[in-house]
Amino acid sequence: MTQRAFHQALLDARRPVPPALTDGAGRPAGRRYAVYRNNVAVSLTEALASGFPACAALLGEANFARVAGRFLRQHPPATPVILHYGAQFPAFLDGLDGLARLPFLADVARLELALRRAYHAADAPPVAPEALAALSAPALSAARLRLAPAVQLVRAPWPIAEIRAYALGQTARKPQGGAQEVIVLRPGYDPAAHVLPARGHVFVSALQAGMALASASLQGGPGFDPTDTLALLLAHGAITRIDTGEPA
Amino acid sequence: MSNTVKSAALMGAVAAALTLSAPMAQAQEKEKCFGVALAGQNDCAAGPGTTCAGTSKVDYQGNAWSLVDAGTCMEIDLPAMADGSARMGALEALDRDLPQS
Repeated sequence: MTQRAFHQALLDARRPVPPALTDGAGRPAGRRYAVYRNNVAVSLTEALASGFPACAALLGEANFARVAGRFLRQHPPATPVILHYGAQFPAFLDGLDGLARLPFLADVARLELALRRAYHAADAPPVAPEALAALSAPALSAARLRLAPAVQLVRAPWPIAEIRAYALGQTARKPQGGAQEVIVLRPGYDPAAHVLPARGHVFVSALQAGMALASASLQGGPGFDPTDTLALLLAHGAITRIDTGEPA
Repeated sequence: MSNTVKSAALMGAVAAALTLSAPMAQAQEKEKCFGVALAGQNDCAAGPGTTCAGTSKVDYQGNAWSLVDAGTCMEIDLPAMADGSARMGALEALDRDLPQS
């Protein structure tokens, strides 16, 4: 028996129990293998439920277990570290039939994944907000703002931040409204989702891509005012370096 | 629009953003409040593979915490203790209501 056969049959019940598995008394160990098989699936389902608690709440326990069961067989963990397990879950949900009643589910999963990534992202001390105000007008226009590694953007045609909060019982208010651009920020150690002002998404993406402040602001289109988005970034310690092109 | 005007607008935006951000930063200052989370409900975004979220085993577990708005920790209404005495949250880990190990 190869390790490969043992591994393949773990997540595929149609494959036979690997032959030559025996218990301590030399008898076939098919039932023991079945227990192991079950433990693998159950523990990965639990990992997904703790990584995607809002999706689990929206689907309900039985449905979530069914969806997770299909996912974990298509996407078994690629590494022994389970912290980031489920990275393909949102895309998997996109391709899943039978979720017409929850069209926003994959996008809620994207938000949950973004929050988890933010949690595990490297620490980065923020700049003092006053440092930005101290720049001259030309220096400010040319300045490149380095954002914290924890900063994550999620854009969806649904009010995903509200749907998530509602699903987790954090608010009794029914989610309303349409498309939403959400930014995950992590002052200190606790990530939180914030709704971005209109067109804030392109502005922050441009900053992340290393564009100068004036050019990034132009990406927002005519009449775009970066004030509210900048305030959000400053308030949550998301700006970690101001690169003015001069040696610091 | 000339470059001068644009950079002046940017200066204005930054100044306004600073003013706006100060109260926001204060509003989101949280404190860790021990002993008010229901079993399995303590806050943690770490997800799977950690021993963080959802690990409290009994309701109002004293060493599990959840984030509350700063200053509200002591105001959260909790059911009274079994002996009828008031049960309060605290800003440090409590030794009551621990799971039997």
